[in-house]
Amino acid sequence: MADRIRSLIPAALAAALLAALVLGTLTAVTIRAGGLGGLSARDLSAIWFTLWQAALSALLSCACAVPLARALSRRRFPGRKLLIALLGAPFILPVIAAVMGLIAIFGRSGSVNDLLQWLGLPTLSIYGAHGVILAHVFFNLPLATRMVLHGWQAIPSERMRLAASLNFPAASIRRHLEYPMLRSTLPGAFLAIFLVCLTSFAVALTLGGGPRATTVELAIYQAFRFDFDLARAAALALVQVAICIAALLVSRVISVAPNFGAGLDRPSILGLAPRTIWPDALCISAASLFLLTPIAVVMMRGVSGLAGLPTTIWQATTTSLWLALASTALTLAIALPLALAAPRHRWAEAAGMLPLTASALVTGTGLFLIARPYVNPTQLALPVTLISNAALCVPFALRILIPQVRGLQMDYDRLAASLDLHGITRLRYVTVPRLARPIGFSAGLAAAFSMGDLGVITLFSDGQTQTLPLALYQLMGAYRLDQAASAATLLITLSFGLFMAFDRMGHYADPR
Amino acid sequence: MKTSLMLAGLLAATATSALAQDKPVLTVYAPDYFTSDWGPGPKIEAGFEDICNCDLQFIAGDLLPRLLLEGDRTEADAVIGLNTDVTARARATGLFAPHGQDTSTLSLPIAWTDDTFLPFNWGETAFVYDTTKLANPPQSFQALLDAPDDLKIAIQDPRSSISGLALLLWVKAIYGDEAQAAWEKLAPKVLTVTPGWSESYGLFTDGEVDMVMSYTTSPAYHIIAEDDTTKAAAIFPEGHYFMTELAAQLNTTDQPQLAQAFMDYILSDAFQGMIATANWSYPAIIKPGFLPPQFADLPRPAKTLFYSEQEAEEIRQEALDEWLTAFGR
Amino acid sequence: MLTLDNLILRQNDFTLRANISLAHGSSTAIIGPSGAGKSTLLSAIAGFLAPSAGRISWQGQDITTCAPGKRPLSILFQDQNLFPHLTIAQNLGLGLSPRLRLSDKDRDTIAQALADTGLTAYAQRKPPQLSGGQQSRAALARTLLRNKPILLLDEAFAALGPALKSEMLDLTGKLTTDAKLTTVMVTHDPDDAAAFCPNTIAVTDGVAHPPCPTQSLLASPPPALRAYLGA
Repeated sequence: MADRIRSLIPAALAAALLAALVLGTLTAVTIRAGGLGGLSARDLSAIWFTLWQAALSALLSCACAVPLARALSRRRFPGRKLLIALLGAPFILPVIAAVMGLIAIFGRSGSVNDLLQWLGLPTLSIYGAHGVILAHVFFNLPLATRMVLHGWQAIPSERMRLAASLNFPAASIRRHLEYPMLRSTLPGAFLAIFLVCLTSFAVALTLGGGPRATTVELAIYQAFRFDFDLARAAALALVQVAICIAALLVSRVISVAPNFGAGLDRPSILGLAPRTIWPDALCISAASLFLLTPIAVVMMRGVSGLAGLPTTIWQATTTSLWLALASTALTLAIALPLALAAPRHRWAEAAGMLPLTASALVTGTGLFLIARPYVNPTQLALPVTLISNAALCVPFALRILIPQVRGLQMDYDRLAASLDLHGITRLRYVTVPRLARPIGFSAGLAAAFSMGDLGVITLFSDGQTQTLPLALYQLMGAYRLDQAASAATLLITLSFGLFMAFDRMGHYADPR
Repeated sequence: MKTSLMLAGLLAATATSALAQDKPVLTVYAPDYFTSDWGPGPKIEAGFEDICNCDLQFIAGDLLPRLLLEGDRTEADAVIGLNTDVTARARATGLFAPHGQDTSTLSLPIAWTDDTFLPFNWGETAFVYDTTKLANPPQSFQALLDAPDDLKIAIQDPRSSISGLALLLWVKAIYGDEAQAAWEKLAPKVLTVTPGWSESYGLFTDGEVDMVMSYTTSPAYHIIAEDDTTKAAAIFPEGHYFMTELAAQLNTTDQPQLAQAFMDYILSDAFQGMIATANWSYPAIIKPGFLPPQFADLPRPAKTLFYSEQEAEEIRQEALDEWLTAFGR
Repeated sequence: MLTLDNLILRQNDFTLRANISLAHGSSTAIIGPSGAGKSTLLSAIAGFLAPSAGRISWQGQDITTCAPGKRPLSILFQDQNLFPHLTIAQNLGLGLSPRLRLSDKDRDTIAQALADTGLTAYAQRKPPQLSGGQQSRAALARTLLRNKPILLLDEAFAALGPALKSEMLDLTGKLTTDAKLTTVMVTHDPDDAAAFCPNTIAVTDGVAHPPCPTQSLLASPPPALRAYLGA
């Protein structure tokens, strides 16, 4: 018993850290404000808009992810692995760069409208609620696809072989293999995307067309910056946390664990895919066009100016790279214990999802209020940046790790226990090797995220540390849009490079 | 975990040791954009350190929220980069001391008598367009409202952007009680509302919108830095809204002489002579040579609109409600 | 002596009682209808299921609350006995040192165990590259390396063909006799029980009955067992 409790200590510490970061800071702001403020009718409509756009974005992302992931899982073609990796790119793209790309394709003077005009068809506008949703699908379809694809790949090939040998028609494969897998994968994917879209701020605004597309996060920003009304900001932040917890509870009711039993790591078999290739081919091509052209456009735009970037950009790049690596290590240190505890202890998963609900502004303010009496906040600029970056990555790492951990524990916990494998040894010989791929994937996401994150909670900013995304914004703010475009190219390249490096490392480390 | 903490510690340590010097330190809070290589911060720092025998340290970030949270325990000796829309709240903190400058020497289009907040540069709101793409720009604000709806503009959200708020007050100053009706006419032409100025301006340079809410001084950057004369600000006879950036010293400072010296430096020739191209705006004092010729040649509005601090504070909420209502339809 | 002292096991609304002693070095089968609780009983002995009452002891020492890996026993499951990502040698090594810190002497021991089970050529292969019989032999070799006095077999060879299964049972019998192990084997094949275990525990109606001689039990089974055996 004592062993069991001891093994939970790292998870408990991680959970406590996240709870303090999200709920502790919210409490600090509420105390400072002297209570929670009332919400206006406009705040309520912001809450409503936030909810439905998040739900619709998550639904669409998941709906598109299923055929795409299925096509990718059952077809083999040259460059498939690279394409799968590339299709993940939008998720790790810095928001500002992604919006630039989407506008270049879907904007008023973008390629799609040029084409429509040439064909004599009416043009379409990206600006409005549908623009927000389009952007959210663009960002999150990759996440949903990867999660569902992992699910597909996690169906042991023994089961697929069995189905093939029984000459299952498509409907039976769906019913006995695919549906149970989707049933266990999709609720998690939906929840993750719903929560990401819940706290979206910049996207909603630029493509939202106007104040009708006001999200809770923007309402918090307004309460904080425009009205200096901490009480209302705290109340809105609390609403955001409450929505997230409600969503988690709902997903708890819906979600089920996959139960395919263990496989023997036999190489996956094909042969179950229908003969007609074109629906899958169409699906993959359409998704590639949608997800890759905006990025390609932004990349192309900045290439020529790369050599002419000012030297401080390269310093900022070095800083960003260090921050990304450190924050990746921290993400894994928090996420892995939580993921290992999550299948048996619901609190671990709930704590891991908390950072998604946090308003960056409220968290930053709360940290500032807590730290201020003891230290000069500017001295904390780097630790605070690291911790907040890492915390934001934890929910995604968890979503990737937990299903795999569940499988691992179902398949090998008894064997490991009977051999008295525990602690570091178990981590080294069982957990990490079996989880190498999801760990690599999570690390890649964390690194890319931290690379693209603005990274400075402005209250802690020391005015010295400059990161690449911050430099990008400052270039834009100083009319230097060409240099900003080059900085964006650099940023995308590095974010994606980091992601690929970690993801590949995971594959390489996988002993299978 | 361990390595990342060590790394963080290491980075923090190098950051602080670089700052450690024997000279007295003047801590100045400034906005985010200020301290980048492309902001005015580095030039101001170099210029002041030449004369003060001190170490000027900018702390960039959420300027006023940070001051409000810190109250009289703040470490700031002075602030720079406040906007007129927050001075009422800043003043109410009671943290600020008079700047001690003669404001009658200022070259502003409006009279400035505030003895606490000192303007160091200024400009006016304007819609900027590309002369090669928009041959017949609206000749007045009214013409802009009456323009066909396929003239598309980008503006900023007044709740998150300083220029967005300035636009709100600009419309209110021209149209008064008719402001909401004006917004309803303008709304169909607004392609989108961005959180900040940068995103709007990016949409404009990408050719996504015909006009962007910016400043009368914006074309100067393109002319001087890029040798590009195709960008122009539409000048409206109804007048343009005045925007200025302000500095002030704190009465809680432990370096009162240095803080005062910094206030003096702001109106000095050295500061005023370089600010035009450092911050792409008009200097608070215009003497011969302070403005590059391209700057001096920019068309100037005949009329400047401005709400005093109290007026702005009183109409802010009402104007915002009108704006939200107009866009809600 | 392995003693199950007034043991009560509960899983949801299923209850199983056992009050049993097994002599040191004995081989005992557990038979009974599907769902009667054979594997539940084995899980409790192995430590995967905490009893709601009673004690489990070995040679007078209470092991009821010991962690599975700390009990004086090894267990072979029907499948998943090997980690598919580790080599056969590594899988065997886990039997000597859960930390896989192996001395030269350990390596010799592993080489000997591989030789005993005819797997020398497969030391550096991974389980998926081995046949079912080879995998079973590797798992068995590891239980010997673990050198624990009790061996639990949970339908361990059920997936193998008849010839292979009886070969594995013979091998197990030989090795366990040499090592003087106390063996408990869950099986659904009465012939296995008859061939391998002098005594058998019948699990019926929520009770694990004390072991009786296998031959007489199979010759005149109690009513609850009769239907299952189809006699």
